[in-house]
Amino acid sequence: MNYTIDFSLVTDNWIVLWRGVVVTLQLWIPAIVLGLTGGFFIAQLRLSKRRLLSAPSLVYVELFRDTPVLIQLIWFFYAFPALIGTQLSPFVAALMALALNTSAYSAELFRGGITSIHRGQMEAAKAIGMSQAQAMRRVILPQVIKRMLPALTNRVIEVAKMSSLASVLSVHELMYQGRLLSATYYRPFEILTAVAFIYFMLIYPGTFLAGRLEKHLARSN
Amino acid sequence: MSGPLLEVTGLHKSFEKHHVLKGIDFSVERGERVAIIGGSGSGKSTFLRCLNFMETLSKGTITLDGQRIGTTGSNGTITYPERQLCDVRERLGMVFQQFNLFPHMTVLQNVMEGLVTVKKLSKERARDIAIRELAKVGLAEKHDAWPSRLSGGQQQRVAIARALSMEPEVLLFDEPTSSLDPELVGEVLRVIRDLADEGRTMLLVTHELGFAYHFATKVIFLADGVFHEVGTPDEVLKNPKQAKTQEFLRRFGEFAF
Repeated sequence: MNYTIDFSLVTDNWIVLWRGVVVTLQLWIPAIVLGLTGGFFIAQLRLSKRRLLSAPSLVYVELFRDTPVLIQLIWFFYAFPALIGTQLSPFVAALMALALNTSAYSAELFRGGITSIHRGQMEAAKAIGMSQAQAMRRVILPQVIKRMLPALTNRVIEVAKMSSLASVLSVHELMYQGRLLSATYYRPFEILTAVAFIYFMLIYPGTFLAGRLEKHLARSN
Repeated sequence: MSGPLLEVTGLHKSFEKHHVLKGIDFSVERGERVAIIGGSGSGKSTFLRCLNFMETLSKGTITLDGQRIGTTGSNGTITYPERQLCDVRERLGMVFQQFNLFPHMTVLQNVMEGLVTVKKLSKERARDIAIRELAKVGLAEKHDAWPSRLSGGQQQRVAIARALSMEPEVLLFDEPTSSLDPELVGEVLRVIRDLADEGRTMLLVTHELGFAYHFATKVIFLADGVFHEVGTPDEVLKNPKQAKTQEFLRRFGEFAF
């Protein structure tokens, strides 16, 4: 055992890892924004009384929840040229897979959240003349988000880590850059430790803020 | 304007196979105060909720101030455009049995909400109105409280202020004191009585027969999905003609002292 731990490699190559961080953020943030927005609308379809709307959205949710994300990523990259004859860039394919997967998961969160709000809330909103959309935005959604916050935080964390799977499509995000450095210098221990630490530093501030927000929203309890 | 403020003709309401309201014709004049009484499950709440379309009508029409609600299609079916229902609900204030305050808003925000979101008033203007309405129900000092910190009676008074803030032409009360502890019923009934003194048009579904007697200009006894007996409080509550009404009132009086 004459292995000497040497982190100088990490500091020397910080620019490589930094580029990875930028791409990871470019995947993570849009996937969250698109995924949660999409999820909200899919939840509306799931809750529709019309089978024509609720049935396809159920199929959509189950397809994305019940298959591996890794396959979904690869599928979007290879399926599009086969199906419609256009090649997506690895980045776009990865972003699409992450966003759609997130929309399927968060649709279930929203659906559960919306149905858990007492019927009287929607009625009270409508009784003062609000439209369905106004009631949703002003009365239902704020309460749903408060209730969903711990689960939502989990989802946001999941997506950050899931984005590392985009490395299999050669998207130059953090994980890919880390593996590139590992392969080049054959120092996986130092480099992957550093990569894990960077993921932690990206995610932790978010969970910290979510915790604060949860406390803030709890003041009406 | 002449004619009744609110007019209902041939109202039917079914839930699945359960036929709750079986053909109701009814009208309210301006300034009238109607108390609706009846056994539990008689459909009195359902009737009230049909008036502002919290329930969709199975059959029948509702006319508000001479204007028929809903549009009749070429094949005779009536559809209710959302915009029209919003307008109707704005004009018919409703107070619920369970208060239904918005728990994520303070007392003041609850009362301001309709003014800002529906009437599109400025925050300042909405605040002034909300403060005035809260003072009216005796909660001037509770502006910044969260609903969860209020007693049931206080919550219901906020709900009344929220309905009043929209300046409705008719107020609908759906058993407003039924989920309150007995000692809190009085504070809510006093607020409703004060509103009656202002000459407002009101409909009240209630089990408080004593209050109904003093409050109402007209009392309706609902049973088996129809208006079984209609008349002045003296007629219906003191000298009911129908056997069913007599039976209902006897059950209520059973434990009187």
